[in-house]
Amino acid sequence: MMFANLSRNDWLLLVGFSVVVLAGPIILQPLGAAYPALMQKFCIYGIFALGFNILFGLTGYLSFGHAAFLGVGSYAAMWSFKLFTMNVIPAILFAMVFACLFALIIGYVSLRRSGIYFSILTLAFAQMSYNLAYSVLTPLTNGETGLQLSRQDPRVIDAMFGSPGPGLPRASLFGVDISGGGYPGFYLCAVALIVCFFFAMRIFRSPFGMMLRGIKSNQNRMRYTGFNTRPYLLSAFVISGLYAGLAGALMAATDPLVGAERMQWTASGEVVLMTILGGAGTLVGPILGAGVIKYFENIFSSFSDRTLHGFFSFLPESLQDPVVSFFSLFVGDGWNLTLGVVFMLIVIFLPGGIMEGLRRAWNLVNRKGDGGDAVPVGQTQPAE
Amino acid sequence: MSKFIMTRRGLIKAGAVSGVALAAPMHFVRNAFAQDTSCNMPTGDTVTFGWNVPQTGPYADEGADELRAFQLAVKHLNGEGDGGMIQTMKPTALKGNGILGKKVAYVTGDTQTKSDAARDSAKRMVEKDGAIMISGGSSSGVAVAVQSLCQDMGIVFMAGLTHSNDTTGKDKKRYGFRHFFNAYQSGIALAPVLADEYGKDRKAYHLTADYTWGWTQEESIKNATEELGWSTVAAVRTPLGAGDFSQYITPVLNSGADVLILNHYGKDMVNSLTQAVQFGLRDKEVNGKKFEVVVPLFSELMAQGAGDAVKGILGTANWDWKLEDEATKAFTKSFGQEYGAPPSQAAHTCYVQALLYADACERAGTFFAPAVIEALEGFEFDGMGNGKTLYRAEDHQCFKTALVVRGKENPKDKYDLMEIVREVPREELTYDASIFGGDLGPSDAKQC
Repeated sequence: MMFANLSRNDWLLLVGFSVVVLAGPIILQPLGAAYPALMQKFCIYGIFALGFNILFGLTGYLSFGHAAFLGVGSYAAMWSFKLFTMNVIPAILFAMVFACLFALIIGYVSLRRSGIYFSILTLAFAQMSYNLAYSVLTPLTNGETGLQLSRQDPRVIDAMFGSPGPGLPRASLFGVDISGGGYPGFYLCAVALIVCFFFAMRIFRSPFGMMLRGIKSNQNRMRYTGFNTRPYLLSAFVISGLYAGLAGALMAATDPLVGAERMQWTASGEVVLMTILGGAGTLVGPILGAGVIKYFENIFSSFSDRTLHGFFSFLPESLQDPVVSFFSLFVGDGWNLTLGVVFMLIVIFLPGGIMEGLRRAWNLVNRKGDGGDAVPVGQTQPAE
Repeated sequence: MSKFIMTRRGLIKAGAVSGVALAAPMHFVRNAFAQDTSCNMPTGDTVTFGWNVPQTGPYADEGADELRAFQLAVKHLNGEGDGGMIQTMKPTALKGNGILGKKVAYVTGDTQTKSDAARDSAKRMVEKDGAIMISGGSSSGVAVAVQSLCQDMGIVFMAGLTHSNDTTGKDKKRYGFRHFFNAYQSGIALAPVLADEYGKDRKAYHLTADYTWGWTQEESIKNATEELGWSTVAAVRTPLGAGDFSQYITPVLNSGADVLILNHYGKDMVNSLTQAVQFGLRDKEVNGKKFEVVVPLFSELMAQGAGDAVKGILGTANWDWKLEDEATKAFTKSFGQEYGAPPSQAAHTCYVQALLYADACERAGTFFAPAVIEALEGFEFDGMGNGKTLYRAEDHQCFKTALVVRGKENPKDKYDLMEIVREVPREELTYDASIFGGDLGPSDAKQC
């Protein structure tokens, strides 16, 4: 039976996770992040990181070119909007099919090597796709300017049901606007994230997941016992490519403009950061990591000196200025610096990411009254 | 491990919780069904503008100067400082007490000169900070991307520095307005001067930034020079933010070309021009003529970056602080007092755009976006540094005087880097709005 291998705790986790995600607009209010565009980004990058974690967290294969699948998904979804219909369902399917095929090809070649060679191969493929999208395939991708909707697009399916309105159409889900801002877009992404989370959990708990973990701990031993590891690796690679494709499709659905820069190596590096920051190999970790990085990118970068002055207004005038000028290094366009510092601290002191930090805190709270024993740390996942 | 069993009570509880969670955000939807409101119309005693400028990346210098100009504009609109161009603008409805009695506040964002990042920060300013208009930007790729977003969200976009023909051509939008001139106008302005200085028999080699602005500028300059009788040897596309252009410049030497046209801007242009001069291109003689370099879009900030390399280089500019009219003097004076340096043309266009939007709101008597758009369309004004100017209704492009400039041989100080070769009048630069195609789309108000 499909749900047989999920324990009561897993179900509780799933329900708790769903409630937290759906209640995002309330929970994120005090953090100043409760606006649809950013919460969509949280969900989309959460899906992206979740998929990446299936490959990296379980098998230990570090792909440095995952943004390529995100880009392929986006372009495929965009072409579905342009050619067929503004409904997001065909766009998502279209994107997942293309991302899947693309992952199959790249995975088939790259997985012949492991370790650093695998990383370099995927990086090379991704940079190749980026450059193709940037200049060579301009008719398909519109280069640096980015692929956009136009009123002249055929949209054959929509055209059958009536003539287009005066403006550009919006991506929709059977009449509900997904693009153009607003909460429906967020809820679509949130539901997608919950479904993805469920499938990731299934994979983590399945024999297939155990097999992938086996590959991570000792691939040679797996081979000696008679397993052919290649098909397992390839499946993991394709599944994580599918997740990236879905994330790309949602990106295009909530904001129908696709630029090549989302395939650049920096975007691939970002998902690695998200996963390690949150905790590779854990279920919730990568989503947390994605949230933290997107929060820094969007909120921290918007703080100005004025915000800081407001924040430190309790200090006396003479102290306020030096404090503000010091901290202004870390906000505004210095948000990268803050992120770098946070990332360094986490990698040095909490190799298992935010999840390890949470686990330690949990253990600290639940420590027995006799209080002598060192806290046993659950499965630590070093950042490989 | 125990299996999860769903009881009836558990189901009802879970249903109630998720129902509350789903219904809660509806609380935040404002003005959902109100009449005659557009996105983010101010209700309190302030109105918020969004300054979306590159703070990092290849155009960061321009972005910093744009932000300075915006902050100055907000001061002047609120009646602080000496008022700058509000004093010289004709006709004007601005009173120097905010807009329609509301004080102007602003929020800022970093476009990073990337479409995705620019749209993210624009969406943040609209959805979170309640910005009623977005302005700024230093790249046409970003301008086109943000403009289409603004059209979709029903927010007026006053484009900053964007020179591509597409911004008010193929990709024009009802909610987008551009004060800056464009590549087509650069071509018309520059061609006669090029013919005078370098003759009518030249072979040109283009290096072009590989995005919408580069493409349209290359096309416009190519057309304008080929009409003079020049021929084009090759046009090579270089990635934005390449940094090192030596691999692109070496082939120029052996191509038989005698003019190099650099369709670059910002740090790209600083790098490519400096390297072209270091490679000795300008000391060469090809086909019996002196080798020349042309930079069709020029700015003071780039001239500062490139140093000696700009001496004698021809190009065009939208505006220059050394112009003699009253408006330019007033603006340069108050900008200089505030920041200790004269404004760049990027700063000028952003400052003017902020004032024009504010003035349109005053004249319309409301912040209702369709009414503001109507007030801007076909608006004719003077006293903003470019002489008599028209915001053409058909494509939302401003028509005004443009400048042909040359890098000065003997600058007096580090701001005196360009001399004005010719002021090209508005009549010469006016073209038919239909030549670039495109469609403005509807101006109906959107709720958000």
